[in-house]
Amino acid sequence: MAANEPGSTQTTPAGISRRGLLFSLGVALNVVAATLLAIPIIGYVFSSFRRNVASQSWIRLGALENFPEHQTRLATYRNPYTRPWDGKTADIPCWVRRIAGEQFQVFAINCTHLGCPVRWFQESHLFMCPCHGGAYYEDGSHASGPPPRGLYEYEYKIEQGQLWVRGGQLPTLSEPL
Amino acid sequence: MLRKTALWIDERLRVSKLFASTAGHTVPASAGSWFYVFGSGTLLCFVLQIVTGTCLAFVYVPSADEAYTSLEYLNYQQPLGWYLRALHYWGSNFMVSIMAVHMAQVFLFGAFKYPRELTWISGCILLLLTLGMAFTGQIMRFDQDAYWGLGIGAAIMGRTPLIGPNLVHWILGGPIIAGETLSRFFTFHVFVIPGLLIALVSLHLRLVLTKGINEYPVPGQGVRKETYAEDYEALLKKEGVPFYPKAIDKDLIFSGLVMLSILVCAAYFGPKGPEGMPNPTYIDTVPAPDFFFLWIYAALALLPPYTETFLLLTAPVVGIGLLLALPFLSNTGEKSARRRPIAVLGVILVFLGLSTLTHLGTYAPWSPHMEAWSGDPTPVQFVQGRSPLELQGALVLQNKQCRNCHSLGGHGGLRGPALDDIATRLTRDQLIRQVIQGGGNMPAYGKNLAPQEVSALVAFLQTLRPTYVPAAHDSAVPAASGG
Repeated sequence: MAANEPGSTQTTPAGISRRGLLFSLGVALNVVAATLLAIPIIGYVFSSFRRNVASQSWIRLGALENFPEHQTRLATYRNPYTRPWDGKTADIPCWVRRIAGEQFQVFAINCTHLGCPVRWFQESHLFMCPCHGGAYYEDGSHASGPPPRGLYEYEYKIEQGQLWVRGGQLPTLSEPL
Repeated sequence: MLRKTALWIDERLRVSKLFASTAGHTVPASAGSWFYVFGSGTLLCFVLQIVTGTCLAFVYVPSADEAYTSLEYLNYQQPLGWYLRALHYWGSNFMVSIMAVHMAQVFLFGAFKYPRELTWISGCILLLLTLGMAFTGQIMRFDQDAYWGLGIGAAIMGRTPLIGPNLVHWILGGPIIAGETLSRFFTFHVFVIPGLLIALVSLHLRLVLTKGINEYPVPGQGVRKETYAEDYEALLKKEGVPFYPKAIDKDLIFSGLVMLSILVCAAYFGPKGPEGMPNPTYIDTVPAPDFFFLWIYAALALLPPYTETFLLLTAPVVGIGLLLALPFLSNTGEKSARRRPIAVLGVILVFLGLSTLTHLGTYAPWSPHMEAWSGDPTPVQFVQGRSPLELQGALVLQNKQCRNCHSLGGHGGLRGPALDDIATRLTRDQLIRQVIQGGGNMPAYGKNLAPQEVSALVAFLQTLRPTYVPAAHDSAVPAASGG
């Protein structure tokens, strides 16, 4: 029995020795401290698991004159959500197709198959992907290859002669633009 | 004096005792075989990776803005920086390759069976962690391949139901591939995974000590749970030798050769990349993964698209699950590969499958050649003696980028069939239909070609056949005389 252990002479009626109590107290104290430590660590590491919805915003792509009618041009913008050490990685390209007048289609650069950068071919009016051979028609619809859908398309608006798109995140199948 | 100091230290640290019980542990004499050298070879590579990786970290800047410049600095300015980068790159190639051979050997020798289940499981986790190092290491070489490789990773994760977008956001450390993405992959590559690797290697080696190294299997002498421990003990008594110095000789020779090979490869081939600045607006790029992941790259191009999401989400779980469950699915019985034909066949199939996919991945026949239409020559024999209309058609073929997917005389893309003898396979009507409507993985060109362009193109295509093979003809129409 605990009472016979050296150094523990006093026992409570319930049979808890002083050493046993201290041990339990020590364990409990460490559990509490470890939990308190784990909360900020997990919160820190997984903070980006929660998405910042505000990262989507309107971005100016430039004046309408930059985009001739019936043509598809590459435009680039600085992602609205940046960090100071992003460097060039926050410069995002996209394809702007001016159908006619104020009718546009703005496509994300990323192939819908696995995200590689699609290239526009003016002559055959096709977007081709260099990775796994996906191809899209000029309106962004799927033409051939493994992509499961047409190109991701930005929402756009025209204000004071400027073309704006709504973006800020890497488009994926489960969360297109 | 030296001896005295050594004894003084040993008396306190008990190193010699530790050494005798670890490096000097008893192994069956049969384990001193050339087949048993791959584990220590892998470990050597890992140690080499730690050393060279630490050296690289002296200079490398894990910042999306600066990483590329620091790699260039390592290549061209830092004394011997190029060589350290090359050693680290070639060390990783050797580590993955030798580890794969080690795994195949362990499997073929039945070493995963009772009582070494945990050794196998820890080995499988080590394999996954090593592949994790290979992937994150490729990201450290922060160039265009790394950038778009991250994009591919994100696209795969984005297919996860429900939490897909959150996973992508978490792994990228934000809504796009940018500063925080590289920082966190650096943390994984330099702290998290190496830490786990060291822990798992310790466990793996501990298990080698507690459960012993697998004896060289003898056909017919299967594992029986009831007697295995006794038999193994008896074997050690009968013909056991201390690993050091009696059974380590071949390991030493192999390790030395591996190290020399890495040194030579690094000196001869040099470091890999960085290739192209990680600037997403430079879109004229053809991203491809490193050697270890070429087979996945190939599989993702060749799988039927409707199976893709399903397989991407389930195949890794099932595959890893099977690997981990293997020692329990086949816990006892025959160990020798001579009496396990299905196991041998399995290894051959996996090896053939992986190497075929890897080989395909090296030249990616499914990818259009983006510059073929403007850069590849039209061989003379395909234009010689052609009518003006047919020559016009040859121009259409060139200008409409048909060559990006179709080759002529061996030049051009491999995505679609070569056109050298297309006229022997398709009639005029079929050619027109194929061009206008597409199909069978070919886009429809109906909207992008004027009728006269289609006529010219088809007229040219009809000339594409060897003189000794007749042109395809419609069986409903009587063949033209002399056809």
